[in-house]
Amino acid sequence: MTEITENELRSQVREYLEANWDPNRGLAEWREMLAESGWGMPHWPKDWLGRGLPLGMTAIVDEEFNKFGAVGAAKMGIRVLAAATILEHGTDLQKEKYLKGIMTGTETWCQLFSEPGSGSDLAGAATRADFKDGKWVINGQKVWTTSAHHADYALLLARTDWDAVKHKGLSYFILDMHQPAVQVHQLKQMNGHASFNQVFITDAVVEASMQVGELGEGWKIATTTLMHERRGADSARRYESGTDRPERIYEEERQEIATVMAPYTWYPQRTGRVDLLVERAKAMGVWDDPDIRQDIAKTLTIAKSAEWTARRARAASQAGKPQGPEGSIGKLAASIVARSANLTHTKIAGPNAMLTGDEDEAGGVVAEILVSTPAISIAGGTDEIQRNIISERILKMPKENRTDTDRPFRDVPRNQVG
Amino acid sequence: MKFSFSEEQDEFRTALRRFLQAKSPTTEVRKQMQTDQGYDPGIWQQMCEELALASLHIPEECGGAGFGIADLAIACEEMGRALLCSPYFGSVVLAATAIREAGSDDQKRHFLPGFASGETIGALCAVEGRGGWAADSISMSAEKSGDAYQLTGTKSHVVDGMIASLLVVVARKPDGALGMFIVDASDNTVSRKSQNSMDPTRKLSTVSFAKTPAVLLAADNSNEAYERTLDIALACLASEMVGGAERLREDALEYVSMRMQFGRSIASFQVTKHKAADMLLDVELAKSAAYYAAAAIDDGDTDARGVVALAKAGASDAYIQTAVHAVQMHGGIGFTYDNDTHLWFKRAKASEVFLGDANQNRERMLQNWGDNS
Repeated sequence: MTEITENELRSQVREYLEANWDPNRGLAEWREMLAESGWGMPHWPKDWLGRGLPLGMTAIVDEEFNKFGAVGAAKMGIRVLAAATILEHGTDLQKEKYLKGIMTGTETWCQLFSEPGSGSDLAGAATRADFKDGKWVINGQKVWTTSAHHADYALLLARTDWDAVKHKGLSYFILDMHQPAVQVHQLKQMNGHASFNQVFITDAVVEASMQVGELGEGWKIATTTLMHERRGADSARRYESGTDRPERIYEEERQEIATVMAPYTWYPQRTGRVDLLVERAKAMGVWDDPDIRQDIAKTLTIAKSAEWTARRARAASQAGKPQGPEGSIGKLAASIVARSANLTHTKIAGPNAMLTGDEDEAGGVVAEILVSTPAISIAGGTDEIQRNIISERILKMPKENRTDTDRPFRDVPRNQVG
Repeated sequence: MKFSFSEEQDEFRTALRRFLQAKSPTTEVRKQMQTDQGYDPGIWQQMCEELALASLHIPEECGGAGFGIADLAIACEEMGRALLCSPYFGSVVLAATAIREAGSDDQKRHFLPGFASGETIGALCAVEGRGGWAADSISMSAEKSGDAYQLTGTKSHVVDGMIASLLVVVARKPDGALGMFIVDASDNTVSRKSQNSMDPTRKLSTVSFAKTPAVLLAADNSNEAYERTLDIALACLASEMVGGAERLREDALEYVSMRMQFGRSIASFQVTKHKAADMLLDVELAKSAAYYAAAAIDDGDTDARGVVALAKAGASDAYIQTAVHAVQMHGGIGFTYDNDTHLWFKRAKASEVFLGDANQNRERMLQNWGDNS
């Protein structure tokens, strides 16, 4: 493919949008058009609904879409990870069957990796896949599954070889969620919300053609998926409609976003809401309390320092400098900020920190902060795992001696579940 | 440049680090800290003549290099890392800055070239008793006699007061506002006494005045000139502190990586690794704040005073925490005099309260916070 310049690309996008964009079309119809033209996922290969554009140039296409007020392909949630995994490791049959539904948003995906018995130690998955009569039969339990309650398909990590060592006995499958053998139950959290699910799988069936990659390569492929997940998290994509315009397609997009985001209204609260500290202290009449001022200043100090550290990391990467340690501590810093903010909000609220819901003068927000921040030190890698990563990868300290990598998985001590 | 350094700044840092590795190994630090004057005049001369370090933030028209506070802060960070024994902080960062901020054009042209060349060593006399550096703790008053002023009273915790040839004294003008006054240290009405300093690499003294003739630095808003001097000094101190903290962190990591117990490297224990990760986090966060604060002064940000105080508060907590962890990671040997960790531990402890402790700076931060939250 000949290299395309930024200006050529911009004018191509504009030309396409000028000829085709119409906000009175339905969302599904428009995304079908995007799939045909390749402008929905321009970095996907030309043969598979894309235009083979380098990933780095997709931002230019997005910019032109935004300038035009045009809605793009469906990109929220696990679907992007599913697409990346299928494009990299899937068969033509799998690409044919799934890619279009992913980008048009008509089909929803979830990720069945974590289990009650294996959280931080993801490769310890014990959900089993047994090959019987030409099909895979799946049994086990998964947990922390976002969107499972309305997902059509799942990316599934399951054990196919119990005599192999831990990381070599896993395989990767695409599971059809619409079968009675798959039962989805909401998982209620300590803050009252239910953003995730537990999935019980009893003799569910996966066609042989829906195995992704080679047998025993499941861990390697899951790592690809997780890498894309991390990249998505790094880019800190915001899911908000860019407009409140009344045309049909915007209304449909807003509904789509609202459905996906509904379980996550509490997410801002898990960060500790440092932005509310000064405002709440003034509202509660304790802004002049010297003790509370110290706590507010302490929290602001680590929050601003963490923000500036992230900016340093970004500046280094933009300047093409090698990434220093400042790029690896953000997640751990976020935990410490959230914990500090929680303590400070508690002191600001005083006795009212004992109240919740409508009783909370901030409309329930403060109460929600107080019982939501523990999530940030666990989700996406616990603080302890982060510290292992920092000490081993950045500080080059030796790994802890392990007892689970030198023997068949069936001999590795593990949790009793169920 | 709040989040990165220019190529020139990176090169400056590299050259300075190499110089200090050669000139200020801990053997040299231990030698100088046991002397009365506390530094090696030969090395000071090299610093000033070959590297022009004393001239960095002094304006070009006053014989300086005309660089910003961010550049001065890089020098301080590297000196803090090497624990260099020198009058740099007392003379260049405190005294020269006071003149830079409070002097008239004539006064700056008269006094600053000597600082820039390193020939003048100055000291800032601000603290009274245990009152600290805050403006409202300063009560010494300057008596007016004709066109001149006279100072009477005692200042304490004066950094490098014993070796200074020129003193900048903070005192109340007859109208009650703070003023900064130039005093010839060799005047026979000035008496100086060394204070036993816990951190022997930073010498402190008391300086007493008895009807000592003094020249007022002519700034229109002399209260603000003193606050600006404090801002710059706090930003430099925060940088010096993160430089020392990083060195402690690296040395402790090196030690645990070679120490064997229970048949394995103690660096392979998670309890050690997690502490090392926390130390990295503490130091990196404090570094980001120190860099941001120095650049905020150069950029003339309206909230610079608040973020500088934030940086000092952050550095206070991070440096001593890192020092405590560093001693602990060394185990028993970390508590011995022969091991070098205590040299930085003492600098960390003394710096914790120098120019105001973390609590005082957090309050200073909030009072100058604006809409930054």
